[in-house]
Amino acid sequence: MDLDPILLSRIQFAFTISFHIIFPALTIGLSSWLAVVEGLWLITGHKVYQEVYKLWVKIFAVTFAMGVVSGVVMSYQLGTNWSGFSDSIGSVLGPLFAFEVLTAFFLEASFLGIMLFGWDRVTRGMHFASTVIVALGTVTSAFWILSANSWMQTPAGYEISNTLLFQPTSWMEIIFNPSFPYRLLHMVIAAYLTTAFFVGGIGSWYLLKKRNLPHARIMVGMAMLMAVFVTPVQILVGDLHGVNTFTYQPAKVAAIEGLWETQKGAPAILLGWPDKTEEKTKSLLEIPKLTSLLLTHDPEGEVKGLKEWPKEERPPVAIVFWSFRVMVGIGLLMLATGLMAIYLHFRKKLFDKKWFQRWCLAMTPSGFIAVLAGWFVTEIGRQPYIVYGLMRTAQAASPVMGRHVLLSLVAFVVVYTFIFGAGLYYIAKLIKKGPQPFLKQDDIYGSHGLNPPVLRYSDA
Amino acid sequence: MLDFSPLLDLPLISGGVIAAAIFLYVLLDGFDLGVGILFPFAPSEDCRNKMMNSIAPFWDGNETWLVLGGGGLFATFPLAYAILLPAFYIPIILMLLGLIFRGVAFEFRFKSKGKMHTLWDYSFHFGSLAAAFFQGVLLGAFVEGVAVKGRAFGGGSFDWLNAFSLMTGIALIFGYALLGSTWTILKTDAKTQEWARKSALYSLLYVALFMGLVCLWVPFLNDKLFVRWFTFPNLAYLCPIPLLTVVTFISLYKSLAKKQEAQPFILAILLFSLGYLGLMVSLWPWIVPYQISLWQAAANPKSLSLILIGVFFLLPITLGYTAYSYYVFRGKSGHHYE
Repeated sequence: MDLDPILLSRIQFAFTISFHIIFPALTIGLSSWLAVVEGLWLITGHKVYQEVYKLWVKIFAVTFAMGVVSGVVMSYQLGTNWSGFSDSIGSVLGPLFAFEVLTAFFLEASFLGIMLFGWDRVTRGMHFASTVIVALGTVTSAFWILSANSWMQTPAGYEISNTLLFQPTSWMEIIFNPSFPYRLLHMVIAAYLTTAFFVGGIGSWYLLKKRNLPHARIMVGMAMLMAVFVTPVQILVGDLHGVNTFTYQPAKVAAIEGLWETQKGAPAILLGWPDKTEEKTKSLLEIPKLTSLLLTHDPEGEVKGLKEWPKEERPPVAIVFWSFRVMVGIGLLMLATGLMAIYLHFRKKLFDKKWFQRWCLAMTPSGFIAVLAGWFVTEIGRQPYIVYGLMRTAQAASPVMGRHVLLSLVAFVVVYTFIFGAGLYYIAKLIKKGPQPFLKQDDIYGSHGLNPPVLRYSDA
Repeated sequence: MLDFSPLLDLPLISGGVIAAAIFLYVLLDGFDLGVGILFPFAPSEDCRNKMMNSIAPFWDGNETWLVLGGGGLFATFPLAYAILLPAFYIPIILMLLGLIFRGVAFEFRFKSKGKMHTLWDYSFHFGSLAAAFFQGVLLGAFVEGVAVKGRAFGGGSFDWLNAFSLMTGIALIFGYALLGSTWTILKTDAKTQEWARKSALYSLLYVALFMGLVCLWVPFLNDKLFVRWFTFPNLAYLCPIPLLTVVTFISLYKSLAKKQEAQPFILAILLFSLGYLGLMVSLWPWIVPYQISLWQAAANPKSLSLILIGVFFLLPITLGYTAYSYYVFRGKSGHHYE
């Protein structure tokens, strides 16, 4: 049997990175939220904030650990499976990865230890500072990795030497490449919304069960603030990101819209079926001229169709088309949630309506699904290139054998499924147990069993 | 664009930075992997909890040095990264899977009881064991060298697997066990410390055995290594390394016998430093042994210049707060957990 190592490496990379992104999507948001909650505790002195913090910091720790172990895999897979890519673009993207480790990973790892186990070992101020530093670390990490990813979508500030190696010509152009600001904003906001709907969903579950009501109100209330104020911002940023993609990656946009023929006044197909063999999209529901209006800000603007590119230059259409609709659909549901929250708030019923609690509970995983769908759109829409327009994915693969990649892929699927299942189980257990009354300063989880340093002398 | 290449030997400095990062990884993750290796042999559950607690705040930071080693190699010597990682595809994947099992055990173990608790204990142990073994295998295979074709790996999928690399795999397990047991001596007391001292003695014995074996084997792996170590005047310059190693072994043994607390860990670190120094002497100036030198594999000087600016300003800060974190969690470890 002949196994294609390139296809298998692509599947393996897609699987491992999809699995990985779930965790940063939550830790970026959770760490910032935890910083706010701890700040509120320090300012108001209300124990309920501290109890909310102590519950969620445990969930954060589980999520972070899974993010770390799946992240280490990513940093090596670039070489094990994509050595052609590593060799070609090392001089351009390498420094970005190095800076991610130096400015973010060490910061997160060191201060996470204090955040989790340092309650009785550092002052309250230092503990709060640690939470803030971890939050900053997660965003810094997002900065570098999204810069590198964006460079692969919209390369800039490079030259190609005669040995087919990419060489840097301007770091500012490389780091702040054309799609980077949009992608960074879009992803960081997505992480915040993912967290808000996750936290809000859990809070709603407590409300439904009539448990931990003061804590649940904080979770739901703060989540709805995000839904109301941040979802519209995200939709706006998403639109700007789309216009940017239209400028730099028109083939991706054509796949997103399911548009085969170049046309003026292109409609937006809301529901349909893109057919690769017939080269057209069977449209079920469409709004005339909307695509042109959104992308060119002119209802009669011209939008290029997929037939502009030869077949081997086109990205896979169906999955890009559908993933985009899933992402936008969830965005609209989030917007609707915000509107419901406003309505209920002004009727003073935000925490009382069962139907709304059930709705929010159902929305708990929505952010994760939207994040994954969004990444499917942007990464699959970039195909068949790994560096857009310059280097094909097929040129990037390592000289490894298909059957070994298959074995490693199977191993990753089995191990990740097991680990993910265990992680979900322990997070569910923590949620079920709920916030615990905070008894004394040397709370056992706070010290995590580490004796305060003075014990060394008094015990001995 | 910034370019220090007329002033500085950038590949040389970058090579030093990568070597230092990998060395710090070996020391730091070495002791917490070592704790995992010794884990099931501890005399009681309380001991295991103490051992786990003594490394829980640090393991994540320690493992970050591995990311710096990998990411840093990619950034500074992309050609070496592109050749070595496919060459070692299987052991790297197995090492990563081991690290996954042990990493998540830190969180899951404290949250489970009964059979599940035992399951995560074993996940921690076998994960640590596998990671240590395959790191040792990687080291052995690296010293033996890899086949290169053009700008890519040109050998077979199992070139890394042979008697020498299996031996170095087992050797590193004992090496990490020595670091882990001396760390445990430092961070625990009473019964746990007593047991750790005994473990350290056993580990030390095996480390001596394997270090001797490596010293006898390496010079005969190829002519280059033989010439490096056994010709004059190299022999005269290099003989302090093995001599100091012997002295360190004896001091470490004495220190354990005297029941000292901190010194064994420091001496174990010194032992690793000497071994690492010997390794660097053997491999100089190769980054892909015997095929590609530091200068041939180096990234664009502009890239190296940018990275070195980052390293110059950020690494001292990183080391500073890492030290702060070790200071915050100083003292003996307890056995409580939630």
